[in-house]
Amino acid sequence: MSVYILRRMLLLVPVLIGVAIIVFGMVRMLPGDPARAMAGLHATPDYVEHVRSQMGLDEPLPVQFGIFIRDLMRGDLGRSTRTRRPVVEEIWPRFINTLQLTAIALALSAVVGIGAGLISATRPYSLYDQVSMVLSLFGVAAPVFWLGLILMLIFSVQLGWLPSSGRGTLWHFILPSVTLAAHSTALIARMTRSSMLEVLKLDYITTARSKGLSENVINFKHALRNALIPIVTILGLRFGLLLGGAVLTETVFSWPGVGRLMVDSILARDYPVVQGSVLLLAVLFVLINLLVDILYAFLDPQIQYE
Amino acid sequence: MMGFFRSKAFRRLKRNKIAMAGTICIILMFLVALLAPQIAPHDPFRTDFFHTLEGPSRDHLLGRDDLGRDVLSRIIYGTRISLNIGFISVAIGLVVGLPVGAISGYYGGKLDLIVQRLVDIMMAFPGMLLAIVIVSVMGVGLVNAMIAVGVVSIPTYIRLVRGSVLSVKNKEYVEAARALGVSDKRIIFRHVVPQCLAPIIVQSSLQVGTAILWAAGLGFLGLGAQAPVPEWGAMLSQGRGYIRTAHHVTTYPGLAIMLAVLGFNLLGDGLRDALDPKMDK
Repeated sequence: MSVYILRRMLLLVPVLIGVAIIVFGMVRMLPGDPARAMAGLHATPDYVEHVRSQMGLDEPLPVQFGIFIRDLMRGDLGRSTRTRRPVVEEIWPRFINTLQLTAIALALSAVVGIGAGLISATRPYSLYDQVSMVLSLFGVAAPVFWLGLILMLIFSVQLGWLPSSGRGTLWHFILPSVTLAAHSTALIARMTRSSMLEVLKLDYITTARSKGLSENVINFKHALRNALIPIVTILGLRFGLLLGGAVLTETVFSWPGVGRLMVDSILARDYPVVQGSVLLLAVLFVLINLLVDILYAFLDPQIQYE
Repeated sequence: MMGFFRSKAFRRLKRNKIAMAGTICIILMFLVALLAPQIAPHDPFRTDFFHTLEGPSRDHLLGRDDLGRDVLSRIIYGTRISLNIGFISVAIGLVVGLPVGAISGYYGGKLDLIVQRLVDIMMAFPGMLLAIVIVSVMGVGLVNAMIAVGVVSIPTYIRLVRGSVLSVKNKEYVEAARALGVSDKRIIFRHVVPQCLAPIIVQSSLQVGTAILWAAGLGFLGLGAQAPVPEWGAMLSQGRGYIRTAHHVTTYPGLAIMLAVLGFNLLGDGLRDALDPKMDK
C-alpha cells in the first residue's frame, strides 16, 4: 500500500511541473504589457524599461521560468499590478473564503446526495424515488448562476429570509453553498442510487438476506460500503467542478473568493494575480485528487498496488 | 449509419420514454433555430427605450429587456447560438481527442506515456478554470469561448478513446488484419475505432449539453458572447441587475439553457443504456 501511495505521489512531480509551465506560458501569452501595467498609465518609456528589467521581463524565457520557479519555492508570487500588494497577501484570504464555500458545498452534496440516493435505492420506482430522480435531472441541467439568481429572488428578494450577498454571518453561507452544491448533489444522488441497486443485486446480499439479517444492516453495513467506492471517485472529480462553479457562484453572490478575484484580474489585466490564483487552484485540485486516490485504495481492497 | 436505425440499440432507445423526451426536446430546438426568423415575433435587436423592462404581455410573451428588446425573440435567436456552441466545441474535442487517443492507445509505449502525462497535466486544471484561462489568453468573445470549451473537452476524449482502443486492439480480428498486412492507419481507423463508437457517441451527446452550460457560464462572466449577441448566458448576465424589479429578463434565458442541457443529457443517458452491450442478449 505504501508503495502505491509513494508511486502515486511521484507521478505528481511531472504534473506539477507541467502545471507550472502552462501557467507561466499562458500568462506570458496574455495580451498587453505587464511592465507598462505595473509602471502605470503616465510612466515615461525609461521608467517602463526600468520596471521591465526589475520584473525580470527582459531576460530570455528560460531564465524567466527559472526565476519564476525560484520565487515560487520561496512563496513569492510577485505583486498585483492593481494594488501593488504581494499576490500571496491578495489571494490568501480570498482563497480561504473559496475553500470554505466549496468545502461546505462538497459536504452538503455528499450528505444529501448519498442520503437521497440511498432512500431511492431502497425503494426503487416509488413516488419518492421518481420525484427525486426527476429533480436530480433538473439539478444537473440547471446553470449554477441561474439557480443562484432564482434562489436569491425567492429567498431574499421575495421572502426576505436570507441575505442576498456578501459574507458575515452563517446565514450568508446558505444560499451560495446550496447553489454551488445543487449540481453535485443531483449527480451524487443518481450515482448512489444506481451503484446501490447494482450492489443489492449481488449474491452476497442475497446470502445476507437468507441469513435473516435486517434490511437496515444489509443496506448500511453490507451494501453501502461497496456502493461507496465509485462515489468516492466522483466526489474527488466533483471538487474540480465545484471550484469552477465557485467562480460563477461567487459572482452571483458577490462572495469575495479567489474565483471572482481571478475573473476580475483577467478583466483588469492584473496578470500576477491571475497567475497566482490559477496556480493555487490547480495545485489544490491535484492534491485533492491524490487524496481521493489514496482513500480509494483504502476503500477498495481489490486494487492492486504493484 | 442506416444500420443503426434497424439495430437492437435503436429499438431499445425508442422504447425509452425519457430518452425520447430528450430527443423531442432536441428536435424542437433544431426547428426553432432553423425557423427563427419565421417564429420570432419581433426583431431580436430592435431596442425601444420607452418600454424597457416591461413584464410579459400579450404582444411580448416573455417581456422586454433593459433596452426594450423582446426577450422571447432573443431566446429564439439564441437557440442558434447555443446549438452552434454545443456542436462546434464537441467537434473540436472529437477532431483532436479521437485520433490522439486512438494512436496513443494503439501504439502504447513511450508515445502513450507522453500523451498520458500531457492529459494528466490538462486534467490538473478544473475544467471551467482552464476554459477561463484559455479565453483570457485568446481574448474575450463567443468564438473563443467555443474553442476554449472544446479544448477543455479534449483530454476527456483522449482518455475515453484510448481506453476503448486498449480493450479492442488485442482482439483476434485485429491480429488477423495485422497478419494480412493491413496498414496501421487502416487498422486503427477502419477496424478499431468503429468498434469503440458507442462510448464516444454517448460522451458526445452529454458533452453538447456541458458545452452549452459552460459557454453560457463564460457569457455570464462577461468572457464569452458580447452584447448585443443574444446568447443565453450573456442575456442572463445583462438582466441580473434588474432581478428585484424585472426578473423575467433573467428567468427565461436560464430556463432555455436548462431545457437545452436537459435534452442532450436525457438523450445521452438513453444512448448509454441502449448501446450497453450487456443489454444485447
